[in-house]
Amino acid sequence: MSRVEVSNVTMEFGQTTALDDVSIAFEDGGFFALLGPSGSGKTTLLRTIAGFYFPKSGTIRIGDRNVESVPVEKRDIGMMFQNYALFPNMSVADNIGFGLRVRKVPAAEEKKRISEALDLVQLGALANRRPSQLSGGQRQRVALARAIVTNPKVLLLDEPLSALDKTLRVDMQIELKRIQREVGITTIFVTHDQEEALTLSDRIGILRNGRIVQAGPPREVYDRPVDEFTAGFLGEANWLSASLLEDLTLPAQVDGHRFGTRPEALRISADTPDAGQNAVRGQVRQRIFAGAMATCLIDVGGSQWKLIARDRDIPELPGDGQVWVSWSPEDTLVVRA
Amino acid sequence: MRRNFLGLLGKAWLALILVFLYAPILVMAAMSFNASPFYQLPFEFSGAWYQDMMANEQIFTAAARSVLIAAATTVLATAFGTSASIALFRYDFRGKRILQVLLFPPIAIPWLITGTAMLIFFFTIGIGRGTPAVLIGHVALALPYVIVTVSARLSSFDITLEEAARSMGASSWTVLRRVTLPWIAPGIVAGGLFAFAVSFDQFVVSYFLSKPGDTTLPVLIYTSIRKGFTPEINAVSTIIIVLSMAVMFLAARYSRFGGER
Repeated sequence: MSRVEVSNVTMEFGQTTALDDVSIAFEDGGFFALLGPSGSGKTTLLRTIAGFYFPKSGTIRIGDRNVESVPVEKRDIGMMFQNYALFPNMSVADNIGFGLRVRKVPAAEEKKRISEALDLVQLGALANRRPSQLSGGQRQRVALARAIVTNPKVLLLDEPLSALDKTLRVDMQIELKRIQREVGITTIFVTHDQEEALTLSDRIGILRNGRIVQAGPPREVYDRPVDEFTAGFLGEANWLSASLLEDLTLPAQVDGHRFGTRPEALRISADTPDAGQNAVRGQVRQRIFAGAMATCLIDVGGSQWKLIARDRDIPELPGDGQVWVSWSPEDTLVVRA
Repeated sequence: MRRNFLGLLGKAWLALILVFLYAPILVMAAMSFNASPFYQLPFEFSGAWYQDMMANEQIFTAAARSVLIAAATTVLATAFGTSASIALFRYDFRGKRILQVLLFPPIAIPWLITGTAMLIFFFTIGIGRGTPAVLIGHVALALPYVIVTVSARLSSFDITLEEAARSMGASSWTVLRRVTLPWIAPGIVAGGLFAFAVSFDQFVVSYFLSKPGDTTLPVLIYTSIRKGFTPEINAVSTIIIVLSMAVMFLAARYSRFGGER
């Protein structure tokens, strides 16, 4: 278990720059999600940390060791692959024991550690099965057990849950988090699912075009995105056009910034809202009922806004659809223009 | 009614095909046990031709040479072919496509042409005729078959299995031995059987490249027939057929076993 530090790493494939001067630190024992659209470099970053690629420049430290030119097999990592990559010709126990045998761990200890790992992922009864006889969720657990049984310095997960269906995925998220806490291993996790990243991790890093756009705790990144891309990638946002800014209380200089809100920060009312609230006039286009929650699509100064609220908190709308849309000034998103 | 008729027709057709395939072989096998040296009927059982064969040292040395060359061809072609297939699968390099395309024509070029070309080539570079030339020629002929069968198996191999093994600390050699080779083993066995068959059945190239009096079994059989047909040859041929069929049965069993994984 170790701290991982990536400093000024640049990675090129032919003419394309996959990672562009990336620096990011992963604290010891933390659960870190790398998030970004496809082609953003998140998988490349993970595989560079793993040692499948060697960076063109920059350094990578795992613990107190510089590893940027060390091959995968000597980095002492654990990795879980998107398709699990279980060895089809080996039993569950042999799959898990592979890394131990490679390290020439004595047979008795190997057996003990395999059974501990199986217990950890709650698969004790399936030790002798072949991977082809397991369900998707079970394969996933085997892959996880296999990745951590050697007590690696860092656990790398490459979209490990994307092959599972929705309900199983939520179960596995909880399970993954439990096991990570229990083992206390530094974990770096690549995903394109922002909800998964927010749910699982202590910190997230957003990548775009081979650069880290923003890194921090999930709530901070969600509430204080640095740019429009991050705001839009982690959730939805409504943006204020310049003509609306005059009467509003804004937390920053207007120059060089754009302002917006999250859909769930908005309130809707027929009457003028309290002083101290930011408020704009809008025309309701559509109200979409979805049980507990409802979504309103509102035309505000020519752009379409989205509002999400508990259905019971949305008042009866006036016939002409003219409403006030309001929010607390501290809920205003401020990003680089 | 109509259905029954069609079914019957199908069975008859199948029977006809089997007769077409096996009748000549069965006649030959029967004649190897017939006492008459001139294929005269009525059939009279005799093991004399087998005794003659056993006593014929020429046949024995030729057979031994054939088996030896086929075994050596199998080992060499399988080793080279398997490593070539893995390299073609794993690495991207300049001219890879051209190399892959160039692997196929040797299968289609008539052996007569290949044999002539090899004869000229071996004379030019000074190897000349003889067992080394035959062996090199056989390996060259067998190589594309091995590469094709092993590559076919490799195409279904998931490269992330190698990555997973490496992430667990396995060296390239361990990855190859424990992960890659077990997966392609059925392809290697099939390729090896092809290589053995190409070498053991090889007449044209062996005929061109071997020294007179220092030949493989197919060449010996051919020259014996030219001198005058003796039922001894039937005996040899029958044994070869039985052995070949045994090998094929084993191959079928093994490849089914391999397919299960």
